[in-house]
Amino acid sequence: MGEVESAGLLETKYSRRKFIKGVIAAGATASSAGYFIGGSGLLGAQAVPGAAERLITLTINGQQRRVDVLPNETLAMTLRYRLNLTGTKLGCDRAECGACTVLVDGVSQYGCSMLTNQVRGSSITTIEGLENPDTGELSPVQQAVIDEGGFQCAFCAPGFIMSMTAMVNENPNPTRAEAAHALSGNLCRCGDYDKILNCAMRAAELARSV
Amino acid sequence: MAIIRDMIPAFELFQPTTVEDALALMAEHGEAGWVLAGGLDSYDWFKDRIKRPEAVIDLGGIDELNGISDGQDGLEIGAMTTLTEIVRHERVRSEYMLLADAAEHVATPQIRNQGTLGGNISQDTRCWYYRSGWACYRAGGNTCYAAAPQAMNREHAITGTSRCVAVNPSDTAPALVALDAKMTVRGRRSSSVYDAEDFFIGPATDITRMTILEAGDLLTQIDIPSEWANAHFYYEKVRDRGSWDFQLVSVAAAFKTSGNTIEDARIAVNGIAPFPVRLDAVERLVIGAAVDEALAVEAGEIAIDGSRPLKHNEYKQPMTSNLVRRAVRSVA
Repeated sequence: MGEVESAGLLETKYSRRKFIKGVIAAGATASSAGYFIGGSGLLGAQAVPGAAERLITLTINGQQRRVDVLPNETLAMTLRYRLNLTGTKLGCDRAECGACTVLVDGVSQYGCSMLTNQVRGSSITTIEGLENPDTGELSPVQQAVIDEGGFQCAFCAPGFIMSMTAMVNENPNPTRAEAAHALSGNLCRCGDYDKILNCAMRAAELARSV
Repeated sequence: MAIIRDMIPAFELFQPTTVEDALALMAEHGEAGWVLAGGLDSYDWFKDRIKRPEAVIDLGGIDELNGISDGQDGLEIGAMTTLTEIVRHERVRSEYMLLADAAEHVATPQIRNQGTLGGNISQDTRCWYYRSGWACYRAGGNTCYAAAPQAMNREHAITGTSRCVAVNPSDTAPALVALDAKMTVRGRRSSSVYDAEDFFIGPATDITRMTILEAGDLLTQIDIPSEWANAHFYYEKVRDRGSWDFQLVSVAAAFKTSGNTIEDARIAVNGIAPFPVRLDAVERLVIGAAVDEALAVEAGEIAIDGSRPLKHNEYKQPMTSNLVRRAVRSVA
């Protein structure tokens, strides 16, 4: 694992969360060995001319991160198991649930269904990058989710919040139907859509007032 | 499906920046190579280990394949242009709304943000027997599991079949057929332009592929001629749920009208055959006719002439009839 990125004030604010995150990170280290061992035949191999590089620089949440990735590695895998950015969830790993939604140059995409090497020149935003890094102030969308209490189990929440972020950036004045359309690439298995749409409408309202 | 096993099996990744380099890489790697557009069809194959390419050639870095420009006659759309770009493009919306409408019906916002027009029309069928790695005709085997007596074939074809009964899954394909789009296909030594109608092929022509593209061919550009600009369009897609789903049946139609008389027409239906079906007989019926309910009903009946349902997809016949009827009725 590379150096663990500080999640900013979030970690100092929520010490219990930090503890849990530490345990999860240790687990991830153990289990990620399973993920990457299949590709270990390539480790140390000479790079083929014209082939994608292994050691690349990604721009994630405004930071430059050097990371060693495999050619066959998806962005969601890199974020979770190389960079410890576990806010991005893997639900289906098949572009069928939206839990892994991240922003690539501000555009919502499924992190499970793109290769990390394809986003070398792009600016990636994950759920960890939404709060203000200096003040810890939550983004309008995050604040709206807290205000409206939008989720039950909330496994899908990071993906929904990223889709809402893309939505308010493109259309800060959506109708409820437009919001539903904008969020139609995310699934909630608790079936909490009505409250999630309340969040989206509240998020747009907060974004307009910023 | 959708079992998270672990990583995608290893492959070498190539990211060429010109079409020439991509074609050279495709030639070099031959059958062990795989061309990657948006990737939303490809990754499922890789993750399920049904397809295991040694070399993946990512077209994402080739600028000349990206973007929409004004051509001499109509629009020129690079094959790697995303569906979202098409949906939002001003001239597509003002003159060729049929295509924007169809592109907007693809899957989800995230998939439209990444998926490309070239990929959407070149994607492989979603027949789950085939996608799950069963050795069917299309996969080089000697049977069709979807037409077997016990088969689950609610989503399969009612016409145009030949041993294989899978359907073409593309939402934009019927719109491109209705707009008389032209596909530019480049090989290492030659370049050809195909009518959209000829770009899609059925199993009677070649059971192992859905399009005219052969190994070593690259779809580079889709031209939308001005012929059908600002025509009267009708698009409708029926699916089980409001997002993500592929069509059960979809219809894309373009009409040139004078009052409520149809002067010229293109009507294409997808989801009923291994290729988008252009309904020539319906076009002949409606051209020159004044639209009334009797004409719409007759158009719907002719649309399913010769179709033969499987055990679980008889509903596609009235569904197709109704969609064609609505398309014709929309002119009045």
